[in-house]
Amino acid sequence: MAQVRVEEARQPFLRLEGIRKQFGSFTALRSIRLDVSRGEFVCFLGPSGCGKTTLLRIIAGLEAQTEGTILQGGRDISALPPAQRDYGIVFQSYALFPNLSVLDNVAYGLVNRRAERAAIAARVAELLKLVGLPEAGAKFPAQLSGGEQQRIALARALATSPGLLLLDEPLSALDAIVRVRLRQEIRSLQQRLGVTTIMVTHDQEEALTMADRIVVMNHGVIDQVGTPLEVYREPATPFVADFVGKVNMLAGTVEAPGRLRIGAHGFACTSCNASVGKSVRAYLRPEDIVARPIVEGDVNVINSRIEKIEFLGSYCLVRVAAEGLEGQPLTVYLSLNYLSEMALADGSPMKLRILAERMRVFEA
Amino acid sequence: MIRIRILAALAASLLAGTAYAQGKTQLLVYTALETDQLKAYEQGFYKEVPDVEIRWVRDSTGVITAKLLAEKANPQADAVMGVAASSLALLDSQGMLVPYAPLNLDAIMTKYRDGKNPPAWFGMDVWGATVCFNTVEAKKRNIPKPETWKDLTKPAFKGQVVMPSPASSGTGFFDVTAWLALWGEKGGWDYMDKLHENIAQYTHSGSKPCNQAAAGEFVVGISFEYRGNTNKAKGAPIDLVFPKEGLGWDLEAFAIHKGTKKLEAAKKLADWASSKNAMILYGKNFAITAQPGVAQPLPNVPKDFEERLVKMDFKKAADSRERVLAEWTRRYNGKVEKR
Amino acid sequence: MSAVLRQPASLRQRVHWTDRIAHLLLAAIAAALTAFLAGPLLAILAQSVEGKQGEFVALDNFFAYFGTPALADSLWNSVWTSVVVTAAVVPAAFTFAYALTRSCMPWKGAFRTVTLTPLLAPSLLAAISFIYWFGNQGVLKDWMHALGIEQIYGAPGIILSQLFSVFPHALMVLVTALSLADARLYEAADALGTSAVRKFFTITLPGAKYGIASAAMVSFTLVITDFGIPKVIGGNFNVLSTDVFKLVIGQQDFPKGAVVALFLLAPALLTFVVDRFVQKKQTSMLTARAVPYAPRPSRRRDTAMTAYCSVIVLLMLAVAGMALFASFVKFWPYDLSFSLRHYAFGIVDGEVNVAMKNSVVLALWTATAGTAIVFSGAYLMEKTRGADWLRAPVQLLALIPMAVPGLVLGLGYIFFFNAPQNPLNFLYHTMTILVVCTIVHFYTTGHLTAVTALKALDAEFESVSASLKVPFWKTFWRVTLPICTPALIDISRYFFINAMTTISAVVFIYSPDTRLVALTILNLDEAGEPGAAAAMAVLIALTSLIVCILYLGIGRLAERRTQSWRKTS
Repeated sequence: MAQVRVEEARQPFLRLEGIRKQFGSFTALRSIRLDVSRGEFVCFLGPSGCGKTTLLRIIAGLEAQTEGTILQGGRDISALPPAQRDYGIVFQSYALFPNLSVLDNVAYGLVNRRAERAAIAARVAELLKLVGLPEAGAKFPAQLSGGEQQRIALARALATSPGLLLLDEPLSALDAIVRVRLRQEIRSLQQRLGVTTIMVTHDQEEALTMADRIVVMNHGVIDQVGTPLEVYREPATPFVADFVGKVNMLAGTVEAPGRLRIGAHGFACTSCNASVGKSVRAYLRPEDIVARPIVEGDVNVINSRIEKIEFLGSYCLVRVAAEGLEGQPLTVYLSLNYLSEMALADGSPMKLRILAERMRVFEA
Repeated sequence: MIRIRILAALAASLLAGTAYAQGKTQLLVYTALETDQLKAYEQGFYKEVPDVEIRWVRDSTGVITAKLLAEKANPQADAVMGVAASSLALLDSQGMLVPYAPLNLDAIMTKYRDGKNPPAWFGMDVWGATVCFNTVEAKKRNIPKPETWKDLTKPAFKGQVVMPSPASSGTGFFDVTAWLALWGEKGGWDYMDKLHENIAQYTHSGSKPCNQAAAGEFVVGISFEYRGNTNKAKGAPIDLVFPKEGLGWDLEAFAIHKGTKKLEAAKKLADWASSKNAMILYGKNFAITAQPGVAQPLPNVPKDFEERLVKMDFKKAADSRERVLAEWTRRYNGKVEKR
Repeated sequence: MSAVLRQPASLRQRVHWTDRIAHLLLAAIAAALTAFLAGPLLAILAQSVEGKQGEFVALDNFFAYFGTPALADSLWNSVWTSVVVTAAVVPAAFTFAYALTRSCMPWKGAFRTVTLTPLLAPSLLAAISFIYWFGNQGVLKDWMHALGIEQIYGAPGIILSQLFSVFPHALMVLVTALSLADARLYEAADALGTSAVRKFFTITLPGAKYGIASAAMVSFTLVITDFGIPKVIGGNFNVLSTDVFKLVIGQQDFPKGAVVALFLLAPALLTFVVDRFVQKKQTSMLTARAVPYAPRPSRRRDTAMTAYCSVIVLLMLAVAGMALFASFVKFWPYDLSFSLRHYAFGIVDGEVNVAMKNSVVLALWTATAGTAIVFSGAYLMEKTRGADWLRAPVQLLALIPMAVPGLVLGLGYIFFFNAPQNPLNFLYHTMTILVVCTIVHFYTTGHLTAVTALKALDAEFESVSASLKVPFWKTFWRVTLPICTPALIDISRYFFINAMTTISAVVFIYSPDTRLVALTILNLDEAGEPGAAAAMAVLIALTSLIVCILYLGIGRLAERRTQSWRKTS
């Protein structure tokens, strides 16, 4: 038994192999390959038009791929129509049936299975409790707020205990505050139930908060698959570096192995694999450039002058003009405490240290 | 909600359906008889032959004739009743009728039936040209009462004359054939050209001109005696004029259509249509019936009506029908309206 | 490069059995539309190139048509009268629509309701009425003479009657167009100190330009294809529609009739194509952020509008009222005493009770079957997938009826269904064929209404349904139908009223068993009994009115029972 479970655990729950989607002469998806483990929460992240929703719909069977196979739980579902696949789906618009009560909405998939009335009622009550709306049964969707509707849509999708939960930008129609709260709720719900989930979003903050792994997509290809930390700290392509989180980009050349020349400065760089002489781009997160501690003998220290302080609350985004970097601006995070401690304002000079191990270098 | 309406509709049409699912034989009879006459004839027939039901297809003579001709390859009608003899002669020449000698044939005058033995058709009653002249309107416009057809071409009548179109109406057709008979080809068309100048409208049916004259819409309506009589009886301020040169006329006649699957029933209708009882009914509406001595004189129709009728050769009229209609249409259909 | 040239087909997804059923139903609708729309139209085309005996004569009939100057005159007559009516009715309806949507005129509901009067009876009611007003025994005949018009028969009568008859159609289009106004545009203009006149010409008119074009198209087509009015009041003024009738019914000259029918089809098709083009360019006037326009009171404008609308409404009531009055008059013009003679005549001699029963049966069947078929067809088109090769033809067939005049359709039905080789021949001369013809005749408007209602539903209902393993028809029954009930009621009322008042298509295919009241009116007028004809028209109008009121009741009931979920409190 345990052996089987280990086997199961080792096989990916969802496997996409060679998925390609062509719309006429436009290629929406190029040779997508992806494995999703059982119980995992995966985010498809990317700008509009990158193909993430198309991919989701292909998994759901709502679109047919031009080429490629899909295996779910070991079963080849590549050519199956949606009705024969095993998933629940929540759309951006929720698609709740407006003329049915919340109860009828949630029970919709159960009623078809001709289960006992009592059993259905019990299951619905259970689900409503799960999403935190136990009293909503008799209401109609029009009487619920956006966040409540979203949770009901979720309950409906989960009612049949599907093997896969698909979420198509479920939070984009909500207010910022509601969105933040619901993020956590969805995530904790998913963890409690252990249902494999794929969520499509263009909001990198959402992806970073909620996902076990993020699939960053760009123009129909997967640029990177990794945990939030991996994707953030070790972006595999310039696109990922740029799309996820804030980033500074500096252009320069490789002077020597492990050494970059950017502008008038030489910088030590630990993870630089480009050959000597090549033009490169170095990506730095704002927190990769520190104002302290800076001691004598530190490498990668530059002088700069504060150009603009953007107040964001407990920390600020500070744009600095660094000496000798040929006018390439830098943006750093500085805490409010530090700014007031050091009495820094627009125009103040500042020393900054670039953490050598954080530089991500790509060939230009 | 929708279901209720579906049920209601189904129920309604089922009821409608049952009304038709009787045990009687149904005869499809094409006719040009006036609608106000149909009912009386129908009732008279049912009194004597209760197990046959008549379904009428009624329209003006021209339309019925054209319809019958068009359906020649795929006949629908069982019998033709009350359609102009000139048309029936035409149908006969196309081999579309079943000759049959009805019970009362001997009582019918020879000039009012088909010459063959047995006859392809027989007459029911005569209807002839009558001019309805609105005296009130005429007085207003200082229009003198016409005595002859030629009078109607006088400039005083401009825009005040209506007549039926011969293409659709049997009345109109017999007017045209009468004028052609009276004055020959050239004289006839000449007359019609002049008359056309005064015509305000060509109507579809033979009754409408008289009805319009009765309502004062126009001063002169060229129509037929039955309509003139009924309108005057209703109190319309019209005089009935019977132009001196001679009156066009035709016979309302009966024939059995070839290809009918209900020959026996059609024969029964033929027998009744030729009977004295039927003739009495016709006589209530028309001055001359095919069986003489039956018709009562109509109050406003002169006793010598029969003598005023022009000589009529049905076969000739039938043969020339297409040619005459084509010529008439060419000349008078759709000339730009006179201002 | 060459490998990319061929468009790759998607992987063939297995078709679920529920989808197969959807495909079958769609195919059934396609077959029905082909048999009952495309077939008859092609039959006309075929007939126009055949001689009287059925031999192929290529374009001989067309040459004969142009060779007869009278027939070519009809084409000119049809076109110029249609243009005149359009040029008059569109501004008139526009002003009325402006009053309804952009002013604070009182009694808007009452004004609006009265303008629907012409829809309750066949179009020729107006013609009969105008004969009583302006005919040679007409009440206001002298006024007409004073204007230099010699008689009402002919173009003047046709134009006046069509104005009455077409007004509500143009009004409906324009009210819809003018209702789509974004208040913010006007507020911005006010902030810039724009004068009212300038606002009208730079904001209002351009905003409504597609509506105006559409209204013009609708009016033109309605006038040029109308049959009843020129028949009654046209006199010797020949137009295409009466020509078709004369050729086909009067002379049974089917080949020439087919040629004229094709010429009747051409302007209708043209306006249809232009209208579609215009519709495509109609950008969404109301975005989600638009603020609906609420007119502010302005004494001068409101009084002017009220006066204008009162005049129009009074004129309409005068026309309708005259017909009503004339139906009770014993013998116009010589005996104006009250009499029910005309009603009795119709009921006894004209057997109008039979005809009325037939008309109501026709209307009921058309309303139920028509709504069911139209809505199902629209649903299958919009909300199911697969069988793509069927969709484009069905879409096209669904839109064509709007371009086909009733006369042409009816004619096609004679040719198509009376041919002995046609296996559907048994339908000829039955109530069924009348129902089918009427449904097809009015199909497009119902279809478009259904599509609009369906598009307003969330596009993903069916996807959710599939993911929950619920077959589409269950979702159709539980969700789609209830939500769309208002649209269903609208469609069925549209079918019902039109079936009661239609003449042009059914005049060719009715039989002695299926006589209709609307046709009785025509026969009575032909026989020269305008009083009885007016009486029958009044009866139809009364029936339509009662049915409209019934529908109002049904609508309210349905709203309470199926639309209560719309409340947000």
